[in-house]
Amino acid sequence: MVHVHNLTKRYGSLVAVENLSFRLDRGDVLGFLGPNGAGKTTTMRIITGYMPPTKGTVHIEGVDIFDNPLQAKKMIGYLPETPPLYLDMTVAEYLDFVADIKQVKRKEKKSRIFYVLEKCGLSDVRKRIIGHLSKGYRQRVGIAQALVNNPSVLILDEPTIGLDPLQIIEIRGLIKSLSGERTVILSTHILPEVTMICSKVVIINEGKMVLEESLDYLSEGLRNSGSLLLRVRQNGEGVKEKIMSVNGVSGVKPGSSGEFVITPSEGVEIREELVRLVVENDLGLLELRPLVSTLEEVFMKAISSEGN
Amino acid sequence: MKAFYTIVKRELRSYFASPLAYIILVVFQVISARFFFLYLQGFLQFQFDPSYQLQTGELNLNNLVVLPYFGTISIVLLLIVPLITMRLIADEKKNYTAELLFTSPIRIRTIVFGKFTASLILLIIMLLLSSINIFVLMVHGNPDFGAVFSGYIGLFLLGASFLSVGIFASSLTENQLIAAVISFGVLLLLWLVGALSDAESSVLGYISVINHYEDFSKGLIELKDVVYYLSLIFLGLFLTYTSLESERWR
Ligand SMILES: Nc1ncnc2c1ncn2[C@@H]1O[C@H](COP(=O)(O)OP(=O)(O)O)[C@@H](O)[C@H]1O
Ligand SMILES: [Mg+2]
Repeated sequence: MVHVHNLTKRYGSLVAVENLSFRLDRGDVLGFLGPNGAGKTTTMRIITGYMPPTKGTVHIEGVDIFDNPLQAKKMIGYLPETPPLYLDMTVAEYLDFVADIKQVKRKEKKSRIFYVLEKCGLSDVRKRIIGHLSKGYRQRVGIAQALVNNPSVLILDEPTIGLDPLQIIEIRGLIKSLSGERTVILSTHILPEVTMICSKVVIINEGKMVLEESLDYLSEGLRNSGSLLLRVRQNGEGVKEKIMSVNGVSGVKPGSSGEFVITPSEGVEIREELVRLVVENDLGLLELRPLVSTLEEVFMKAISSEGN
Repeated sequence: MKAFYTIVKRELRSYFASPLAYIILVVFQVISARFFFLYLQGFLQFQFDPSYQLQTGELNLNNLVVLPYFGTISIVLLLIVPLITMRLIADEKKNYTAELLFTSPIRIRTIVFGKFTASLILLIIMLLLSSINIFVLMVHGNPDFGAVFSGYIGLFLLGASFLSVGIFASSLTENQLIAAVISFGVLLLLWLVGALSDAESSVLGYISVINHYEDFSKGLIELKDVVYYLSLIFLGLFLTYTSLESERWR
């Protein structure tokens, strides 16, 4: 469980995060979205106890990260934007070191390290020097490091940034398999990633929350926004009026080359009528589909409406 | 305690995984041994030169070999300590591993003290290596081991003070080279302020790191000198702690 309450962070006069609050339960996977400079890294650094906020509180499983940092930090696994690796160590040595500073119990250490090596696909490279590994492998070591203390809260700052497409797919799969009993916070600016992995979305812009939504609800809402896109071959005079005349149509916006965006009245199904009209008037149906706005569109709308 | 031990272990590993520690140890040993034999040679010449035979009070191993040898070691420490400490914290910032350390359930003071301890161990190894030369003296006579012992205590305290200044410098930047330059500059200044005023009673004379060393080399372990070095060590470590802590609050 992660509870972020009224978080504000100022760097001098720059307000990086402003009054941010959200609450995550066990099993939630939060996609933490925002353009570059929105304050994602800053927020994650505060949640992990790397730096204190100017105002506000963070609770990890009910433990305040600033009143009781040693206890709270034991429950967190954190992959910073740049994986914190000692390039002169081997993978196994490094994980051993991390397990020790994270105070993994001696009895559990060996099996934990074995588990994360397996889980992150690192077993074959465990004796290799980290500095000699490829970027994708280093990222995996970064994730392995975050998992070694079996954290109940896992925080990943742009885990797929800078990887090639194949590596991205692998890392996503890995992250997906890590959720479950944990609470995961994942920042990214790759939107499809969120649809694939996350159960919740928070979008921030210029430090302020602009959207907080569960993903199920979000995609449902996207589909039901209700508008239809109609494209016909005949794009002559009076087509718009004809469409307007269909029962239940409340608005028509003609676009380029025979496209019309049609808004029905709330909850009215107009597709059947619409098709009949097109066929009867021999307009030449090319396309009719619900206008599903993508997460991109929501994202752009959210951050631009905030800007104005 | 376990966290402290973990930090010390990693630092030592990192020293000896890179050639740096070996280069430092070899350079230190070569320079100090070179000077040692220079002083010894001088001593042997004096010994067989009848015109000096009369000054028996002056003509002993301690004054002619051990004292200048320790003086040389203290200068070599001034040059080498910045190289030992430069990466200790600067590197953690540069490699973003600071983010790992500071989000781990471990106190900042444990991190600082662990790193300091690792560098102290390297210092002790250096001093132990340098003491091999002293045993050569037993072939030539009877050095005063009391003065040798107190001299080493002094060198240890002097070196430890240098290390704590060096760690502080390393906490100010993410660039190793800049850290080394800062610590060398500060140490040189701390050393030379004594030259501005000979009187040990003056403030500048008191601040000078090397003035406090003189008693040790003469075989005296004085409380005021010990207190001076311990204070300097504490100050360096405390400033390091403060610098790391304040960085997070900015
Ligand atoms: N240590 C810092 N000192 C001053 N400003 C900072 C610091 N870290 C981040 N910022 C600023 O705070 C804002 C948010 O940055 P960040 O949290 O890194 O955003 P994101 O991770 O969403 O890209 C940016 O304008 C950035 O320039
Ligand atoms: Mg960022």
